[in-house]
Amino acid sequence: MTLTIEARGLTKRFGKKTALDGLSLEVESGQVVAVLGPNGAGKTTFVRSVSTLIRPEEGELKVCGYDVRREAESVRRVIGLAGQYAAVDQALSGRENLVLVARLFGQSAKQAKANAEAVLELFGLVEAADRLVRTYSGGMRRKLDLGASLVSQPRLLILDEPTTGLDPRSRLDLWDAIEALVERGTDVLLTTQYLDEADRLARNIVIIDQGRTVASGTPAELKRRIGGKILEVHVRDRAHIPLVAQALTREGVAAPEIDESTRRISVGADDGAAQWLIDGLTAVRDSGAVLADIAVREPSLDEVFLALTGQKTSSAESVGAATLETA
Amino acid sequence: MTTLTPTIRTGRAGIVTGTGLLAKRTTVTFLRRPELVVLSLVQMSAIMLTFRFIFGGAIGTAHGLPYVDFSVPGFITAGVLFQTLGTAIGIAEDMEQGFIDRLRSMPFSTAAMLTGRVVADTGILAIVLAVTTAVGFAVGFRLQASVLGGLEAFGLCLVFGLAFSWLFIAVGLLAGNVKAAQGVSMIVFIVTFASSAYVPTQTMPGWLRAFAENQPVTAMANAVRSLTLGSHSQAFLGHGPGHFVIRSLFWAVGILVAFSVISVAKFRRAAG
Repeated sequence: MTLTIEARGLTKRFGKKTALDGLSLEVESGQVVAVLGPNGAGKTTFVRSVSTLIRPEEGELKVCGYDVRREAESVRRVIGLAGQYAAVDQALSGRENLVLVARLFGQSAKQAKANAEAVLELFGLVEAADRLVRTYSGGMRRKLDLGASLVSQPRLLILDEPTTGLDPRSRLDLWDAIEALVERGTDVLLTTQYLDEADRLARNIVIIDQGRTVASGTPAELKRRIGGKILEVHVRDRAHIPLVAQALTREGVAAPEIDESTRRISVGADDGAAQWLIDGLTAVRDSGAVLADIAVREPSLDEVFLALTGQKTSSAESVGAATLETA
Repeated sequence: MTTLTPTIRTGRAGIVTGTGLLAKRTTVTFLRRPELVVLSLVQMSAIMLTFRFIFGGAIGTAHGLPYVDFSVPGFITAGVLFQTLGTAIGIAEDMEQGFIDRLRSMPFSTAAMLTGRVVADTGILAIVLAVTTAVGFAVGFRLQASVLGGLEAFGLCLVFGLAFSWLFIAVGLLAGNVKAAQGVSMIVFIVTFASSAYVPTQTMPGWLRAFAENQPVTAMANAVRSLTLGSHSQAFLGHGPGHFVIRSLFWAVGILVAFSVISVAKFRRAAG
């Protein structure tokens, strides 16, 4: 199996700050991988290393088999980068932007024009193609930027926080566009702060924190890492929260998570803990709290993330809400 | 649906094509931003009119050289700096918006990214200087040397422009964002005022005069004067055209070499 990305012991410091601290990870070809981590975890530094924009000081990094330091030119031929900013020219039209990038890749004028047209069609930008980009919405600019990274037919598409700062509608739109690419067989490396984005787009997730890989696997595998199930109790009266929390507190188990605003108390159950669940439920019944609902469910990636990094993500609740509205 | 042509993975544009493409992009981008075009064309003309008609009467020059003849070559020289300052802002804008990152992540010649901009900015400079020159003639400036001398002066200004484009590319790359790059315009004001561009240096206090007489803008302004005013200016300036032209070419070559080396090094260095 060929590896699209192979990183071993990557280290990069900026002055006294260590951005990458011995990061290792492997990405097999034919995959969409999301690198997930809190702000400052080293996501952007990693992506910039893969894109040959910065050189790691130590360790080894190969992209599609090429060493980023010794064979940067070869790496640049096989990647397409869409960064955090829409790197398109505001004073050019959408079509002109795409043609320019294609021609810089050495394509003939005719070839560049045809490829620009194909990208415009792919992203539904045909009608806006001849308008100047400064008249585009934020979402359209990102799509065009994504398109510009595609005119060279890269083997690996690198997306650095592609939807950060977009409104929910544009975000869904861009997700659709990325999914369409994945179906065509482009490998994608994606960084994001949003778990729902990683969950939706990526088959594999790498969680990094403080410049190291903390965990990796499919969303399902990661959810299994923090143990079996989550018991979640929803009370009617806010005053009853402490009763339930008290009932669910056990020696050797993480303290229950309390969400005051939704009056929910949740606690993780260890693997195969049928007995534990029964005991927990009994304790809740005996506590005298009035319950609105009770559920046993799979952990969310948010909870995985919290367990692995000790930090909450900026999981976009507003995006979740918008998903419902537009669905 | 049309499909992408699958034959192009290994391509890259050569340095000539790349320079051409990016020069065209820079020029088109400039022309489509009316605020920049107007600023470029109006800025120097406005300063020129202010000095010509408001301060001009109060500024005495010597040896029978009218202030308008003295000052128009100075304004045109200073105009080179004000116009090429735009290069720094353009480069900083490209960095801020990720355009340079995109180019650097492509299999593409480093040099072409910079030469493309220099070529475009020098072309734009030629147009702006032509307009400034026309305004100069309109307010009373007259060529007192040969037409050839005038053309040489114009060409010399473009050489300064080329040198200063590289200086401002370095400034743009080091600044990294538009605000910081704009801050540099203050230095351009100081360097052009503390020179012989607008007023003779003779009345400046000693320390300032020492600076003013040994900096590139003075050498260049005086070179343009000698070429356009001929013997008329020699008595006033103390030297003939050869003296000033050689001095200013030394400056231009020095600036060009130093800052192209700095720019390319800064650009190549895979800095975060």
